[in-house]
Amino acid sequence: MVAENQCHCEQAQEEELYLKLQEIIKEHQRRPKELIMVLHKAQNLFGYLPRRVQEMVSEGLNVSLNEVYGVITFYNFFSTVPQGRNNVKICLGTACYVRGGQMLLKKAEKELGIRAGETTEDRRYSLGIVRCIGACGLAPAMLINDDVYGRVKTTKMMEIIERYG
Amino acid sequence: MTKAKINNVDVEVPEGTSILWAARKANFTIPTLCNHPDLVPGGQCGVCVVEIEGIPGLKRACMTPLGEGWKVHTHTARLMAIRRQLVDLILSNHDTDCLTCMKNNNCELQTLAATLGIDTIEWHKSENKLPIDRSSVAIVRDPNKCILCGRCTQVCSSIQTVNALAVNHRGYDTVITAAFDEGLGNSVCINCGQCVVHCPVGALYENSHTEEVWQAIHDPDKFVVVQEAPAVRVMLGEEFGMKPGTLVTGKMYAALRRLGFDAVLDTNFSADLTIIEEGTELVSRLKTGKRLPLITSCSPGWIKFMETFFHDMIPHMSTAKSPQQMFGALAKTYFAEQRGIAPDKIVSVSIMPCTAKKFECQRPEMNASGFQDVDFVLTTREIGRMLRAAGIDLNEMPDESADSLLGEYTGAATIFGATGGVMEAALRSAYFLVTGRELEAIDITPVRGLKGIKEAEIDIDGLKIKVAVAHSGGQARRLIEKVQDQLKNEGKSEYHFIEVMACPGGCVGGGGQSWGSNMAKRARRGESLYAEDRSLPYRRSHENPSIKAVYEKFLGKPNSERSHKLLHTHYYKRSAVDGKIITEK
Repeated sequence: MVAENQCHCEQAQEEELYLKLQEIIKEHQRRPKELIMVLHKAQNLFGYLPRRVQEMVSEGLNVSLNEVYGVITFYNFFSTVPQGRNNVKICLGTACYVRGGQMLLKKAEKELGIRAGETTEDRRYSLGIVRCIGACGLAPAMLINDDVYGRVKTTKMMEIIERYG
Repeated sequence: MTKAKINNVDVEVPEGTSILWAARKANFTIPTLCNHPDLVPGGQCGVCVVEIEGIPGLKRACMTPLGEGWKVHTHTARLMAIRRQLVDLILSNHDTDCLTCMKNNNCELQTLAATLGIDTIEWHKSENKLPIDRSSVAIVRDPNKCILCGRCTQVCSSIQTVNALAVNHRGYDTVITAAFDEGLGNSVCINCGQCVVHCPVGALYENSHTEEVWQAIHDPDKFVVVQEAPAVRVMLGEEFGMKPGTLVTGKMYAALRRLGFDAVLDTNFSADLTIIEEGTELVSRLKTGKRLPLITSCSPGWIKFMETFFHDMIPHMSTAKSPQQMFGALAKTYFAEQRGIAPDKIVSVSIMPCTAKKFECQRPEMNASGFQDVDFVLTTREIGRMLRAAGIDLNEMPDESADSLLGEYTGAATIFGATGGVMEAALRSAYFLVTGRELEAIDITPVRGLKGIKEAEIDIDGLKIKVAVAHSGGQARRLIEKVQDQLKNEGKSEYHFIEVMACPGGCVGGGGQSWGSNMAKRARRGESLYAEDRSLPYRRSHENPSIKAVYEKFLGKPNSERSHKLLHTHYYKRSAVDGKIITEK
């Protein structure tokens, strides 16, 4: 019973989101230059940009689908996969890269079983890369949600990540 | 005019001329990779950098207009070293298996590397190979060869307005792909092949069927017939070093016969047939005033474009099949019957200036004869390769004639290959069909040439027919949007008849033309077709004796039941997401 209710509930919620998206698109109807703004709003709504959203935006703004896809895959901010509850970001700016950021990323990918840009199946973590967060003195740095961790060691890293449920 | 010095040589060029073209005027060729004469320079490759005295840094010659009094240097030691390094970097992640590349001997990167004298690749060579996109029946895309110059995306978005190919992802992962990286075959791609003919390297090429055709030719049980599109006779010469636009009709027949085709026929025959069917359709729509404007249906790139982006225009489309498919339907029925050959023994091959024809022949409805009407489509490039492989030099061929039944043609048919040609041919016959008299002013020049959308008004005994001609996806989009607005707001359009070809210049600019083509070459090929038209004894499709014969012996009347079964078709609504047919619920 409970499971069934939940299932329906989620579906209904999602359909509601699409209705909201339609309203957003209406405000920007056939205005291709407002693509990035609409994608921002859509991502805030859904948490990511599923294919159906991309198709709706493409049609509504009169922008070709491939242009929409090109913009989404260019900007790091946009994601085509659902985001996890916790956003783990490894800094690969110059200083962090030199001080072993790449090693941190490899370790995180191995331990979480996902690649950068992906989300774990239980949606606990999303893993990503940032290019400098202005914490070069603390290199290599890692960002989890809004918390910054500096001088992260590969041996200690998973301990920090696992604090986030 | 701007005066300046390039490598100490005085030059004077019109204001706004780029340094690249100004230097050519001073007889210095600045090497380039991404620049193309028909496209807007984007400066992606950076190979054309030059130094200008008094201006810091380097400037890209392709996109920098020459300034008054400038002293430009194009080949200093520094520039030559920079160019080598740039090309070296491109080669570091370029798949350099040149010997087995489709573009071997025709590759602009290969030529550039040779020009710059690159003898080693100094950078680490990437070993990661990306999968080749073979999802399309017409076009293959190999991302490992791609140098991201952006010519294909520019032609696909700006000129064709299809946007099947775009730059996706970022940084080292940047690739040019169809939406969602799902392949051209699962996209809105119209198969026009303009990306193919603009690619400087081997990243885009036709899905080749030469192997299948060799097998058919070598199979003694098969009777292999071949048809050649109008544009091929002014294009094939270039595969053998002739000047662009050289007319090689007779040599082409001779070469194909020597290659082993059992019957050498001609698409031009069925182009005449198309005119009779489509002209009759035009006349009947003019009489009823319904479903006007009538829109031509010869270009399979345009058909998929219309089905995807303008499917509300389906009622306006001529139901006449393209000449290729009319030929295919007749080859396995009328020709088979007259020659006493079992249709299942016939292998029907067409030689086209086109990549979209490969898609067209595989459309499921194109089997009016009970078999796939056209089995294999070869581009001009593919038949060029086959002839060279067989040791046949087109230059040395005698002039021969096509075989009978499906080989005879008029001047009206041959101009199908140039933009405006179908329109002109149709009007020559429509005039006769309406008035019973011949149109004396046979050259309808306003619809000729390569300028944008062309319009004309023809007086048929007081009935004024307004026509328009578009060539390229972009022009078609503009014209059809105008027609849509007129239909919506005024209930009718100012036009009665519209010709659309998907490629700039019409078929002479198709995706199956020789490598290294440009608009100037397309123009010469078109002129050559008009010259052939003037030289032929018959210049109106309805005068073709073989056409009269096919109606007498086989089809009955134009637009008869049998004509409809064999020579007419229908269209589908397609999704603007993936180009697939939308099935009505």
